[in-house]
Amino acid sequence: MNAPILQVENLITAFDTDAGRMTAVDGISFEVPRGKTLGIVGESGCGKSVTAFSITRLLPQPHGQILGGSIRFEGRDLASLPVEEMQRIRGNDISMIFQEPMTALNPVQTVGKQLAEAILLHTKCNKADVLARSIDMMKKVRIPAPEQRLNEYPHQLSGGMRQRVMIAMALINTPKLLIADEPTTALDVTVQAQILELIADLQQEMGMSVILITHDLGVIAEVCDEVAVMYAGRIVEQASVFDLFANPRHAYTQGLLESIPRLDSKPKTLLKAIPGNVPGIADFKSGCRFAERSGRAHTEAHLTTRPPMTEIALGHLVENCPVCVK
Amino acid sequence: MQLGLPELNTKSEKIYSSPLPMPLLTVQNLQQHFPVRGGLLRRSVASCKAVDGVSFSLGAGETLGLVGESGCGKTTLGKSIVRLLKPTSGKIEFDGQDITTASMGELRPMRRHVQMIFQDPAESLNPRHTVRDILEEPFIVQKMGTKDERRKWVLDLLDKVGLPASAMDRFPFEFSGGQRQRIGIARAIALKPKLIVCDEPVSALDVSVQSQVLNLLLDLQRDMGLSYLFIAHGLSVVKHMSDRVAVMYLGKIVELAPAEELYHHPRHAYTKALLDAIPVPDPAKRRKRELLQGDVPSPINPPAGCAFGHRMKHPQWQASVGMDLTLKEVSPGHWVQPCPCCTQ
Repeated sequence: MNAPILQVENLITAFDTDAGRMTAVDGISFEVPRGKTLGIVGESGCGKSVTAFSITRLLPQPHGQILGGSIRFEGRDLASLPVEEMQRIRGNDISMIFQEPMTALNPVQTVGKQLAEAILLHTKCNKADVLARSIDMMKKVRIPAPEQRLNEYPHQLSGGMRQRVMIAMALINTPKLLIADEPTTALDVTVQAQILELIADLQQEMGMSVILITHDLGVIAEVCDEVAVMYAGRIVEQASVFDLFANPRHAYTQGLLESIPRLDSKPKTLLKAIPGNVPGIADFKSGCRFAERSGRAHTEAHLTTRPPMTEIALGHLVENCPVCVK
Repeated sequence: MQLGLPELNTKSEKIYSSPLPMPLLTVQNLQQHFPVRGGLLRRSVASCKAVDGVSFSLGAGETLGLVGESGCGKTTLGKSIVRLLKPTSGKIEFDGQDITTASMGELRPMRRHVQMIFQDPAESLNPRHTVRDILEEPFIVQKMGTKDERRKWVLDLLDKVGLPASAMDRFPFEFSGGQRQRIGIARAIALKPKLIVCDEPVSALDVSVQSQVLNLLLDLQRDMGLSYLFIAHGLSVVKHMSDRVAVMYLGKIVELAPAEELYHHPRHAYTKALLDAIPVPDPAKRRKRELLQGDVPSPINPPAGCAFGHRMKHPQWQASVGMDLTLKEVSPGHWVQPCPCCTQ
């Protein structure tokens, strides 16, 4: 077995706000196996994007900081790397795709110029090489008429095409790890299928590892190898995709899987809903955070002591709250 | 109220008719075009055919789902029906009354019976009004009740949508997304309407909260006998909520059928493509799919004939140009656009 490409251990990320320090990611650990896709699934405010921004060190400064833990990538700890060295890694060895391509692309620069920037930041090469590499990459992400598209601006492209440009920019330096943060949420379902397949094909071709962040369990099931389920700043369950869907152990994962309408469910029947709302960051408890929505009685001890991460089956980890995991 | 599929009336004569005897809403050949202005004098240089000849009917207590990709005109259709827009042509009949060209004043009594729930509850609730102001307003507009009566009605409404009475004097920003959508729903049901147009009511909500809101809508429908026009791009959600489903593509309905029938026996190539693109939340069911290429074309100057055949560059597309593409009934209650390219 190869060593994992990325090892995150006990990562704690917090934001300093007027109301005090808010811990958005509260001690999470996971690994990304080489050449595989790890899915991180969770609802808004669960800390999945903050995890991505911690790995790429793109946390808003000076409010967002990594307070503890390590992010080991190829023998180095990204959490404590000087900014200049991180800049050499970002966009080169580790790249990121964002949710909304229209806000992530520069509206006043042509696609070609933005691609060239990504190349020239990390390699020295002449104009002809830059152009050749850009066209080559545009072809790889299946953009028709790439020569012409390079001279266009983001607003001239459709949503799907823009996301392809984002992917081209992210992959142009053949990264070892790609972090895709809700890459298809803003897209239509037919275009989503195209983009997911494109990412999977390019992953095969280039042998990279992927972290896919999404709130959509359908997307997770389609493309991921490993899955981490996040809730309120913590990972509550982690397993291979087949294990997680066939045998979810945490009450939150179970509730989430039962609450989504499926094509084969009977129309107009009531769904099994998780009661209550996703807790805000200020209301995070020190113990089991799913307690009040679980519909199961927790004792005071369960609410104050953090349940340990336990491997309950081979490769299947769960935040072992005795009430939420049976 | 019946919750399952109503029995199909096989001898249905009226085109696209609801399986229920007396339709609450009938839409005939509705067109909603917007001028595209350009040039020095801002003259109309083209028209955007957002809704381009749509017909269907909806029975009392029934839910008609409306799916399609962004830009297909589903929201515009919803807005035309509640008459937030003035249709370009066609006919909308609600409860036996033609409301296509009714004036604002004439529409006021009708507005009691037709309401709308919007996608983003953060944007559709006035941030400076308390929940009480928001929920009281429909009664004030319709000149109903005294102050005390209205207060009691607001409390009833909060109870119905599962919010505490203490919510009354708070502002929308104090609530989570799911709770705000409950306020939006309370406002829509305030006047005991017959029809609610639900425009992507759960798209902006967290996954674990979506099912709560869907359940609330199902409960209210059963209790109040509501009809829904349920608009969404998520096909699994639409199928779960609807008796019948209409699939829209570029301003036109290309297929309309009972929900189960549509999902099990889709006839139009676009419906098949949409169904195939849904990610299935079960890794054991992964499959290689036929991917739809290209993007939804612009409704400004749409192609002649079958627009989807044109996108697919289907060899038979040319044959659809100039053809009568009015929906045909292929099996009881199952209507499909009869083009040579997309429906064999």
